[in-house]
Amino acid sequence: METVEVTRRSETAKVVRQAKKRNMRKVVTISLFTAPALIVYLVYVVYPILSTLSYSFYSWDGTSDKTFIGFENYVQLFHDAIFWTSLTNNAWVVITSVFVQIPLGMIMALMLFAPIRGIRLFSSVYFLPFLMSTVAIGLLWVYMFDPINGIINQLINFLGFENVAWLSDENTALIAILLVVVWQFSPFYMILFKAAMVGIGEELYESAEIDGANSWQKFFHITFPLLMPTIVSSSILAIVGSLKAFDIFYIMTGGGPNHATELMGTYMFKQAFINFNMGYASAIAFIMFLIALVVTILIQVIDFNRKKKGAF
Amino acid sequence: MVQSLRKMPLYVIGLVLLVFTGYPFVYMISTSLKDQSTFFERPFAIFTSIEWGNYADVFQMGLTRYFINSILVSVAAVVAVMLIAALASYPLSRMNFRFNRGLFLLFISGMMLPIHATLIPIFKLSQNMGLYDSLLALLGPYIAFSLPISIFILTQFMQEIPKSLEEAAKIDGCSHFGIFWRIILPMLTPALMTVFIYNFIHLWNEFIFALVLVSSPENMTLPLGLQDFYGEFSVNVPGLMAALTLASLPMLVVYLFSQEKVVKGLTGGAVKG
Repeated sequence: METVEVTRRSETAKVVRQAKKRNMRKVVTISLFTAPALIVYLVYVVYPILSTLSYSFYSWDGTSDKTFIGFENYVQLFHDAIFWTSLTNNAWVVITSVFVQIPLGMIMALMLFAPIRGIRLFSSVYFLPFLMSTVAIGLLWVYMFDPINGIINQLINFLGFENVAWLSDENTALIAILLVVVWQFSPFYMILFKAAMVGIGEELYESAEIDGANSWQKFFHITFPLLMPTIVSSSILAIVGSLKAFDIFYIMTGGGPNHATELMGTYMFKQAFINFNMGYASAIAFIMFLIALVVTILIQVIDFNRKKKGAF
Repeated sequence: MVQSLRKMPLYVIGLVLLVFTGYPFVYMISTSLKDQSTFFERPFAIFTSIEWGNYADVFQMGLTRYFINSILVSVAAVVAVMLIAALASYPLSRMNFRFNRGLFLLFISGMMLPIHATLIPIFKLSQNMGLYDSLLALLGPYIAFSLPISIFILTQFMQEIPKSLEEAAKIDGCSHFGIFWRIILPMLTPALMTVFIYNFIHLWNEFIFALVLVSSPENMTLPLGLQDFYGEFSVNVPGLMAALTLASLPMLVVYLFSQEKVVKGLTGGAVKG
């Protein structure tokens, strides 16, 4: 009786030991597989964000000693008119992306299915802008918008209108750059919509046709509702992408004239690497991070609720 | 006749979009083939004069160096990313463990991250490591910021590989690494292709890290070099257009030869199937 008990106990111990050993091996395996990615990610993403947060509480020129000033940078930031201008401009980029790029992308995608000749060539060309590097796009359009020799003003002259200064005029600079942003990114949304449209069953249109629906009715009652998930995901990409905008603005105007095209990104860059206000720049950078974080969480929550309600 | 009249609006929209998307390219290439005086006198002329001199100038200004730098750093970073991301995606998509979900979210949340939030610390880090103003300084951030989308694409793909395959291998005494290397990795090829194209194009065009971490011309990548050209060439518009054309050429050529792969790669993960 007792011996049986002892053997059983030692057997349980053995099983537990084996399970522990197996568990240890599993932990080691998982660690080895994820370690390279995790190390790179911690060093170049997680640690820098925490450092940015800590720098934002100091007054610092990047080389000499830091002085702790608490929330001073943030207080200054909230009274900084240029910061509010840049925040507004970022909002404009978001609005243009959602309300111009996405509809245009959808129109371009619809055109790809249009029963007209040469559409294969059209579709190849439509995608081209998205392939060009942002720096090259910026420089190309800087010259196209040139006040004197730019092709756009040449055309305006040719049609008998006055020259427009475009990028050097506070009133037109933002619109000009936003046009370029639309030019660059609409093809991306075109592809997203095209993929979604390919997925819509032909039989839906056929039965609608039998019921006597015209093209508009088919679009508004079949295509558009079925594209809703793509519209939502495109909007998410557009919003998150717009908050990160930098390259094209930096290249085309550097945020000028007189901060008319300043973004949080360009303002942060100037404060950090031209004025060497590293502490202040860190505060801007951390605000950018917070905005992106809040927007992402909001989108997730809204998306989750929408799905719970059974919508798409 | 009636049929083709009804299609007129479609042709008009199609052509307007064609001019909108295509004309800037025509302008860039045709201007790059003009000499200075033709550029000023006949701005609208397309391909009436073919002048290769601007391209020779651009090569003399050292564009080749920027090309080589861009290729080196993009290829090195992308190859590293493919390996590191594939390794990490294996347990994330095929093993149950406690922090699986948290770790996955930590990685993919990097997709929404504004680079600016890491810029100053990475700049200081590169100085402290003695890497500032070298291509090596770019490698770390390039790999790190390519990881989120790569892990996202690869985990999605790996989840769909049937479990039975590796269970058979496990019975045969294959280790996890053996399963990964011999079974999973060969099946990943299409996903790795997407990862390669997406990241290569993004890194080829990357600007802000290069702007902050590199300062001397011999270490500049193509986007940074182009911006540098802008300063020197500001009065020689055809010369700058030649540089822009050359810089855009590799992507355009690759696109011409494998449209579908490039489109799928560039929209990485956003388009399913």
